[in-house]
Amino acid sequence: MTIKTEEFLLNLGPQHPSTHGVFRIILTLDGETVVKAVPVPGYLHRGIEKLAESRTYTQVIPYTDRLDYLAGMLMNWGYVYAVEKLMNVEVPERAEYIRVIVGELARIASHLVATGAYAADIGGLTGFIYTFRDREDIMDLLEMISGARLTPSYMRIGGVAADIPDGFIEKCRRFIDYLPDAIEEYNGLITGNEIFQARTKNVAVLSAEKAIDMSLSGPVLRASGVNYDLRKARPYSVYDRFEFEVPLGTKGDCFDRYYVRLLEMEQSAKIIRQALDQLPEGPIKGKVPKVIKPPKGEAYAEIESSKGIMGTYVVSDGSTNPYRVHFRRPSFVNLGYLDEMLKGWKIADVIAILGSIDIVLGEVDA
Amino acid sequence: MSQKPLSEIVEELRSKYPGVEVSEQGTLTVPPDTLVAFMRDLKENYGFNYLTNVTAADYMEYFETVYDVSIVGEPHMFHIKTKVDRNSPVVPSMVPIWGGAIWQEREVYDLMGITFKDHPDLRRILLDDAWTEHPLRKDYKYEGGRE
Repeated sequence: MTIKTEEFLLNLGPQHPSTHGVFRIILTLDGETVVKAVPVPGYLHRGIEKLAESRTYTQVIPYTDRLDYLAGMLMNWGYVYAVEKLMNVEVPERAEYIRVIVGELARIASHLVATGAYAADIGGLTGFIYTFRDREDIMDLLEMISGARLTPSYMRIGGVAADIPDGFIEKCRRFIDYLPDAIEEYNGLITGNEIFQARTKNVAVLSAEKAIDMSLSGPVLRASGVNYDLRKARPYSVYDRFEFEVPLGTKGDCFDRYYVRLLEMEQSAKIIRQALDQLPEGPIKGKVPKVIKPPKGEAYAEIESSKGIMGTYVVSDGSTNPYRVHFRRPSFVNLGYLDEMLKGWKIADVIAILGSIDIVLGEVDA
Repeated sequence: MSQKPLSEIVEELRSKYPGVEVSEQGTLTVPPDTLVAFMRDLKENYGFNYLTNVTAADYMEYFETVYDVSIVGEPHMFHIKTKVDRNSPVVPSMVPIWGGAIWQEREVYDLMGITFKDHPDLRRILLDDAWTEHPLRKDYKYEGGRE
């Protein structure tokens, strides 16, 4: 006797912890196997690009914090970098170094969330607790320098808001000296875990060709072995002065996407160490008029954020408000291939695959 | 892959596509009817294999769609624009050339109301399906907010 079966629909999210926010996927399942997946973003859409059109150039900065709120510093940076390009502003050296230091701290913080949350997704909540313990040190550092933990609004057009406070450098050094021990702990707790490996190795293998074709960026792209990191390929700020490597994956599976982030944290610490050693004296803000009125024109600039390439497109009509602002958000673009990546995998793998892309919904939905 | 300097590529493209305008900053403005051939050429013969950014802007008399194209691992990037008629805003989709355009073109369609021909899945992406307008247009009226 044959048993009649039929496909059914399952809503994953928008209220589900493993979607890392308010993300929804409509899954068509055959038993436990995904036949079709339709991602539905937009639940956190606030219309930041529209809001920016009725703000002054400086007033847009706090909105960028709310894109990738796990690495607000990097979002600030992407925006001010584009406006600086539009206005041809020169940023003083000291400000560039401070930007690199806080930017790389934010990258480590973001990767710590990704690592811990991924462990929790796979079923090991302990990993989450450990990475958040260490992320707290970075939150303290960012609070010291900017006054806020998640939404720093620390960068300004032409520089940064304030100079490094007393005690920051020492605390920062202590943290990067400690980080290798922490990573070793994660390796013992998460990376080496047999269940974790079974759940992530060879799952949702992404080829280099497909990753490039789908405009994927960041750790997701590099896990497939593609060497594309803007800090190396198109060095902005002072990144050409530091020695660091771009960690690459070999297979492009979920495990590689996870592990590349761990390796990137080590490289970020290396960059911070060099930046602290070379930190020059001098002003922290370039010659920028009080009222920012860029000349008529437009600029597009990109930086390497923790999730991938963050681009900002700014159009000026010569007034104090931007005529048009667009953010190329890496998490948003990286999700474009999710439907194909999920096909044929079991429902438990859906969580593992989505987690490995490391999205943040503030950025996806803008 | 492409070792030629950007200026040489621009010169070659200009002679091949007479309708292309080049601004002082290096922005290329391509007429919509040659856009597909131009982009395909850029990808296949010049190695521009990575479509980074797709967006659009509203200038009241016309729309502009904006594409930023680069090469993986290289610093080169082209800023390409197309003028779109505001009364019948249709441009060819880039999805057949670079799959990565799929969500970004949906975003432009959703917020700016530009239709991408030959897009495999052109639906709203951020706003509700029942929404009728396109908020990033300059004549969009909304309550609250600032002027």
